[in-house]
Amino acid sequence: MGHDLGTSPDDVQFRFRDDEVVDHGTVTVDACCDQTNATAVRIEPGDDARVLLPYLDRIALVEVNFPSFGDGRGYSAARILREAGYTGELRAVGDVLIDQLSHMRRCGFDAFAPDKRLDEEDAARAFATWDNVYQRTVDGRRTIQELRHE
Amino acid sequence: MIILTGNDLKTGAVTWWNGADWSLYVDDAVDVGEQAEEILAREEALRRVNVPYSIQATREDDGKVRPAHIKDRIRALGPTVRPDLTLKPQSPEAIDWVI
Amino acid sequence: MYSYDHYDQAMVDARVEEFRDQARRRLEGKLTEDQFKPLRLMNGLYLQLHAYMLRVAIPYGTLNSRQMHALGDIADKYDRGYGHFTTRQNLQYNWIKLEDAADILADLAKVEMHAIQTSGNCIRNISSDHFAGAAADELVDPRPYAELMRQWSSFHPEFTYLPRKFKIAVIAAEKDRAAMRLHDIGIQIVQNEAGELGARFYVGGGMGRTPMIAPMIRNFVPLDQLITYAEACLRVYNRYGRRDNKYKARIKILVHELGKDEYTRQVEEEFAHLLSQGIEPPLAELERIRTHFADPAFEDGTKQVDRSDPDFAVWVDRNTHRHKHDSYVSAVISLKPVGGIPGDATGEQIRIMARLAKQYSFDELRIMHTQNVVLPHVKIADLHALWTELETAGLGAPNMDTIEDMIACPGLDYCALANARSIPLAQRISERFDASDKTARLGELKMKISGCINACGHHHAGHIGILGVDKKGTENYQLSLGGSEAEDTSLAKITGPGFTEDGVIEAVDKVTDVYLEQRQGEERFLDTYRRIGMEPFKEALYGA
Repeated sequence: MGHDLGTSPDDVQFRFRDDEVVDHGTVTVDACCDQTNATAVRIEPGDDARVLLPYLDRIALVEVNFPSFGDGRGYSAARILREAGYTGELRAVGDVLIDQLSHMRRCGFDAFAPDKRLDEEDAARAFATWDNVYQRTVDGRRTIQELRHE
Repeated sequence: MIILTGNDLKTGAVTWWNGADWSLYVDDAVDVGEQAEEILAREEALRRVNVPYSIQATREDDGKVRPAHIKDRIRALGPTVRPDLTLKPQSPEAIDWVI
Repeated sequence: MYSYDHYDQAMVDARVEEFRDQARRRLEGKLTEDQFKPLRLMNGLYLQLHAYMLRVAIPYGTLNSRQMHALGDIADKYDRGYGHFTTRQNLQYNWIKLEDAADILADLAKVEMHAIQTSGNCIRNISSDHFAGAAADELVDPRPYAELMRQWSSFHPEFTYLPRKFKIAVIAAEKDRAAMRLHDIGIQIVQNEAGELGARFYVGGGMGRTPMIAPMIRNFVPLDQLITYAEACLRVYNRYGRRDNKYKARIKILVHELGKDEYTRQVEEEFAHLLSQGIEPPLAELERIRTHFADPAFEDGTKQVDRSDPDFAVWVDRNTHRHKHDSYVSAVISLKPVGGIPGDATGEQIRIMARLAKQYSFDELRIMHTQNVVLPHVKIADLHALWTELETAGLGAPNMDTIEDMIACPGLDYCALANARSIPLAQRISERFDASDKTARLGELKMKISGCINACGHHHAGHIGILGVDKKGTENYQLSLGGSEAEDTSLAKITGPGFTEDGVIEAVDKVTDVYLEQRQGEERFLDTYRRIGMEPFKEALYGA
């Protein structure tokens, strides 16, 4: 498969899934809605993730592109997909850096393909930053507020 | 003249390029002419200075260097409302140089 | 007041270590300044004109004497012996070294404090009414709701890279002492006809270069949906707030461009969706937090102030506020001595205030957005003793809400963004008005000075506002009149062409003369301005 758009499995540095790495060339959000056979899609910051909701059954990979780490729209896109029940691979790609990993993970990303490979030790520490969390998101973790009132 | 300034990465102190290193004193600043960009890129990469930039300044008759903009003159001296914390605590009249 | 449990403490401790690691990676060159900057900002660390500046969060402006004492110690140990209280109820240190920053955060964590999200494009420290929990006129204490929001907004994974900074204020009185409608989200806790408490949401206010007063978008959000509703407001903003232009990226621009109705529609749609996600913290958590804010053990005592000492009587009239218990008042410690730097306090003064809080105010202090300090619960019987100690420490200025009690941002003396100095103006104005005894005749007059368009000095909301601008490399000042950040929120209008430093001080004198000539009855400056309009002031300033 070609990789004109999207990352290849080799680019995936961290993955929290047991299934095979999805190796599909991704298409744009518009193309995904038009093409009934597209199984992998790439979301750009300005795209509305919700237009994908009718097609989630056939999608195995969603790449969310972070052209610049400071553009946080991808966090909402990821959570929206997970909230809608999407269970396929959700891959953060682009300007993905150490200090955003833990937040991305909490928003439902389970694969990471950074433009520049990250220091493994720094990344491991980053993923483990928070023993507990204040917000209920899509990562299934029980919040501090819930733990307090068990 | 064109001079270079920035802040020390570790301490945040205001520094000025003296041709070989970064000095705390604006009067040590040298004219870098056309070389500004080259020196800035190199020094920042070496982390000898943080967010450096080049500014216009004049060297006055007594040899002292005067940055063109008030912001850099305040950086060169210290807060005008706390003469005791400036680089010239013994000469409160130094504030006049800023303004 | 709120105290951490082991979860809260672990969060703050983890943050200290995370920042220590980030600073290490910066010093080792693993992070560029562009990458490090947003990270250090989210820990309150700026690079200012002379050094790094560290902004410490004081959640909803409340702290205890142990915390206050630690702030004084940090000023002496790591800074140059002083700190600056800000218009966001925080404290800033001006002379911090990057190498020390993690150690300071560790010292703060020992007293349940931090610098989390005091800058950056994230949800900032939540502000509130400085008389919360003490004021006679409040419906309830708003701080439990602010604390719930503090936890929700701390390290929120979805909202850490918003288009721009995001400020939330929570109040629970009709009288607005927190500039609530000039926040990105302003929340007023209200009661519905059934007697239930809920949250009224105002969204899209702010100062800065495009000041706007937030419209109300929801009259009543039930308390067990408070976080969910806030999350919906934020999600719509995170997705659709402008990111193409830094100056149009605040939520006020989104609300303005979409229109209040369309923004509200989108929020309601998102809210309906999020309700199905069960993200609201259990209501029991709000109850738990409330128990932390239970009233201290007030005792009945003297209700009358002995006014035989005239200097004391002036201070009482100006610097105390009515308490919900009639044997107590809230006392304001002015950080605006004549000729002083608004909001600055030495390490020693900070420790003195800590001690006085312990002795006279059930261990509690508040920071006001007007850069003063409150002892919220002082027995009327103790007032004279307190005042005497304040006088001795140089903290007894009787000038709350007078022209001498002006807000001033750090301005070009410290701030990398500023275009002009603010502090020297504040100093000269207070000296001049104090010397001529005009301060007393003017009564309530809220003066606010900003050194640049970002408006940290709230000049848009001043009865008299001054904005410093850069006019071809020299400082110039624009004068504006008629702003208010109270419940009658309004934005000040510029009088006309700007002034030099000397000129603007003359101008302030002239507009106050117009007021003194024109006022009727008990009118404040603001009331007279609203009645007679800009023209008479313009006439006095610029002539025919």
